[in-house]
Amino acid sequence: MAFVIEPKEPVKIVVDHLKFYYGDHQVLKDISFKVPEKKVTALIGPSGCGKTTLLRCFNRMHDLYPGNRYEGRILLDGENILDPNYDVIRLRIRVGMVFQKPTAFPMSIFDNVAYGLRLQGLKNKTELADRVEKALKDAALWDEVKDKLNKPATALSGGQQQRLCIARAIAVEPEVLLFDEPTSALDPISTAKIEELVVSFRDKLTVIIVTHNMQQAARVSDYTAFMYMGELIEFNRTEDLFVKPKEKLTEDYITGRFG
Amino acid sequence: MDAVRRRKFINGFILVLSTLAALFGLMWLFWILGTLLYKGLGSLSLEVFIGNPPAPGDNTGGLKHAIVGQTLIVLIATLIGIPVGILAGTYLSEYGGNSRVANFIRDLSDVVMSVPSIVVGTFIYAIMVKPAGHFMGIAGSVSLAIMMIPIILRTTDDMLRMVPPELREAAYALGATKFKVIKDVVYRAAITGIVTGVILSVARIGGETAPLLFTSFNNNFFTLNIFQPMASLTVTMYDYAMSPYKYWQQLAWAAAIILTFGVLGANIIGRVIAHYKFKK
Repeated sequence: MAFVIEPKEPVKIVVDHLKFYYGDHQVLKDISFKVPEKKVTALIGPSGCGKTTLLRCFNRMHDLYPGNRYEGRILLDGENILDPNYDVIRLRIRVGMVFQKPTAFPMSIFDNVAYGLRLQGLKNKTELADRVEKALKDAALWDEVKDKLNKPATALSGGQQQRLCIARAIAVEPEVLLFDEPTSALDPISTAKIEELVVSFRDKLTVIIVTHNMQQAARVSDYTAFMYMGELIEFNRTEDLFVKPKEKLTEDYITGRFG
Repeated sequence: MDAVRRRKFINGFILVLSTLAALFGLMWLFWILGTLLYKGLGSLSLEVFIGNPPAPGDNTGGLKHAIVGQTLIVLIATLIGIPVGILAGTYLSEYGGNSRVANFIRDLSDVVMSVPSIVVGTFIYAIMVKPAGHFMGIAGSVSLAIMMIPIILRTTDDMLRMVPPELREAAYALGATKFKVIKDVVYRAAITGIVTGVILSVARIGGETAPLLFTSFNNNFFTLNIFQPMASLTVTMYDYAMSPYKYWQQLAWAAAIILTFGVLGANIIGRVIAHYKFKK
């Protein structure tokens, strides 16, 4: 059976017997583990193992499409976010997300980063400018764009756009940030920059990152969850999982015997 | 070696054939424009634009009544057509999706699009002109709007559905409501296509005569009253071209030029705006 450790840090999210269905098709099979606060947790596993599906449960992205169904609980600071009465808008303000492909909105660089802040009703121009600048600095993009904040964001390179999306996500100061294979569409240099950012968020916010790249998981994460066929096989400290995996399946996967 | 040479020959042959076909199609366009300019340019003068309608047999007078009438009728049709068309297209793409109701509306709008325009004209005659007892400009606008709505609806629907779902998800992920996502992100991403759709629909209805014959009809006097019969370039052109007076026939050529280049100009301006907005 699955090997799941209890993190020694304070817990931010508790996944409790989570099952997820696309229509009649069950994709996640009874997943339970605890996500430590202000640490980086990686979700790895072969294609179709359900890692992205699991990630999209944390901000209830699945709610956008009909026929999806959750069972079990996900507790964020002790509150069940899967409760139908839980306000998804508030949830998504607390739990941000960065996608696989850069998703710069068709507006200026400034407006992209300010979008989430404006959604929350922030109108004061000076404060907006300060928050946008801070977010761009934290996303290591400020120096590259400070002279062209009013230019369209779509004119930036792919790697820059992805950092812009990160700036946009952190501008609203979320407690949790979800990354869905954020570097799979990027070149190695851009990838390195994104990885540095992820590492820099450690101790500031709770990060959950889906990656198909095991080296990336080993480089950036504190904890790693290995999933296979919709099940959680092993959840452990990253160094332990990669150096001495407890499950045969984990060992086979990280040594490249399948996947 | 023979086979290769044969393939090369076929390759060249098809290239020549398709180039000729393209030139053949373009030839008519330039022929029409050329004839228009050749026959009509001589009739164009300031008088054409600002002169009041000519009396029978007169050799002075212009098309002011028809130009203003045409503009007014199309403008009002556009004011009705744009909001209805865009909102309906938004419903189909963002709310209806692939539901039965949405697909039924799509089919229905395709049917409306292919209804002969004279039928639309007679329909409006029956429900607006007949009860009112007289022709009126607004009835022409309504029948043009009816032809416009399905065009705008379909392009809006198509353009919105081309916006990548990830873009919507990214906005939702920041805590946006559905309306905000549509207004701030989806519309912006699709603006070029929507603007193009609107312009094409204006161009399409701008040259219609049949829906106006039974509705706004014609008026030999200048009027801004949309509840009175109103002249339009198309109907005026038809009347003047059929008239026995040489001067009226010249005015018909002038009307044809103004209409053609007006529609062409609207097309170009719209595309430039869309291009600029998109690139900015």
